[in-house]
Amino acid sequence: MGHGATSGTLGDAMAEVILRLHIERKTFRTDSGELPVLGRIDLALGAREIVALVGPSGCGKTTMLRIIGGLDTEFEGALDWRGAGLPRIGTVFQEPRLLPWRSVRENLLLAQRTPNAELADDLLGSLDLAPFRDAFPRALSLGMARRVALARAFAIEPELVLLDEPFVSLDDAMAARSRNLLLNVWRTRATGVLLVTHDRAEATFLADRILLLGDRPAQILTEIVVPPVQRSR
Amino acid sequence: MFLLAWQIAAGLAHSRLLPTVTSVLDAMLQQTISGALPWNLAITLGRVAAAFALSLLLGSGLGIAMGRSRRLDLWLDNSVTVLLNLPALVLIVLIYVWFGLNEIAAIAAVALNKLPNTVVTMREGARALDPALAEMAQSFHMSRSKVLQYVILPQLAPYLFAAARSGLALIWKIVLVVELLGRSNGVGFQIQIYFQLFDVTLILAYTLAFILVAQAIEWGMVQPLERWATRWRR
Repeated sequence: MGHGATSGTLGDAMAEVILRLHIERKTFRTDSGELPVLGRIDLALGAREIVALVGPSGCGKTTMLRIIGGLDTEFEGALDWRGAGLPRIGTVFQEPRLLPWRSVRENLLLAQRTPNAELADDLLGSLDLAPFRDAFPRALSLGMARRVALARAFAIEPELVLLDEPFVSLDDAMAARSRNLLLNVWRTRATGVLLVTHDRAEATFLADRILLLGDRPAQILTEIVVPPVQRSR
Repeated sequence: MFLLAWQIAAGLAHSRLLPTVTSVLDAMLQQTISGALPWNLAITLGRVAAAFALSLLLGSGLGIAMGRSRRLDLWLDNSVTVLLNLPALVLIVLIYVWFGLNEIAAIAAVALNKLPNTVVTMREGARALDPALAEMAQSFHMSRSKVLQYVILPQLAPYLFAAARSGLALIWKIVLVVELLGRSNGVGFQIQIYFQLFDVTLILAYTLAFILVAQAIEWGMVQPLERWATRWRR
């Protein structure tokens, strides 16, 4: 089991570590052999902190999220989860990945292990989606569909939310609005957030800590703790 | 328009080989009152339903398995292609010869003729399943039954409806041949009798009744079900 820890002042948010990830090496098999994607990485995540992974395109950020989310288990290293049983991780993919044949509300309820309509409605309200709860995803704009995906991730009462460039390809105003709505939801839920982005301004706005990744095979080059006073949020 | 043209042509021809619409409708009514038409139609419908259900169930299972397993696909692909190109008549005759002129052989012959068609359609559906949605379901730890019901089946629905519609069309045709060759009741058998008697009026009466029932099933069952299943697209 890996027990690598991050350095720096972690603050209250890191008081309770919910997850430790140690990657020794991660490669992809290609026709021309093995392609190294991730190098040695040690990462610890706190129960209520927002951590941003920032790095160049294709450096392996999404691969890290997939490993943490349990979607990719073929790596050398270890993933230690705090609790027993299945971790409750809400993932927001780059594309919303909603079920087009189910209403917005049903998309949330189906993700929950035990349907909790009250929580689903509450989240849809918090993300300005209440009027669309019975609509099919086809009727939504991209920005709204991305917010539904956000609501779905929080609907499972997650211990950790993984966000993979959740506001990419939205116009500036919509992206800014969506970030504020995300923060509003996060403030009322006790959850850690790991955000992948290539937008440093977005990382500074949202995150308590920023981990800068280098080119492939990625390693953590620097960790920046964003002091509360410098946070634009 | 068609009925009007038929009526005029029949009036001009004045031949028992082309009866008028009214005489065909009258024959239909007489056969209905005597009970022969409903009885034979019900028997044929029963065979259609059994063969349809069998071919759709087995064909879907096999097609989905072949679409998901490359090894199974490679192993069975040639057999499916052979079955797909085998003339229906050959298959029917061989099954009757090997298994006898009985009800099970008749239904099996019809189902087997439709089976490869369903396999090929459903295999395409299984190949087109969106891996991104499967990954989403995995990330939320959805149960197998939930994934099947809410993630996989809705994606397969258009293929299932395509297989069902083309299947019904094919089964309607084949079931009459099967009845004509090896059963002693059903619409196919009746048509054979009236063919031997050269009674075109009764051949058309049974054909018309058959077409009406097929259309009623299409309009009353298949189309509403399809509209309901694909309502999210509108």
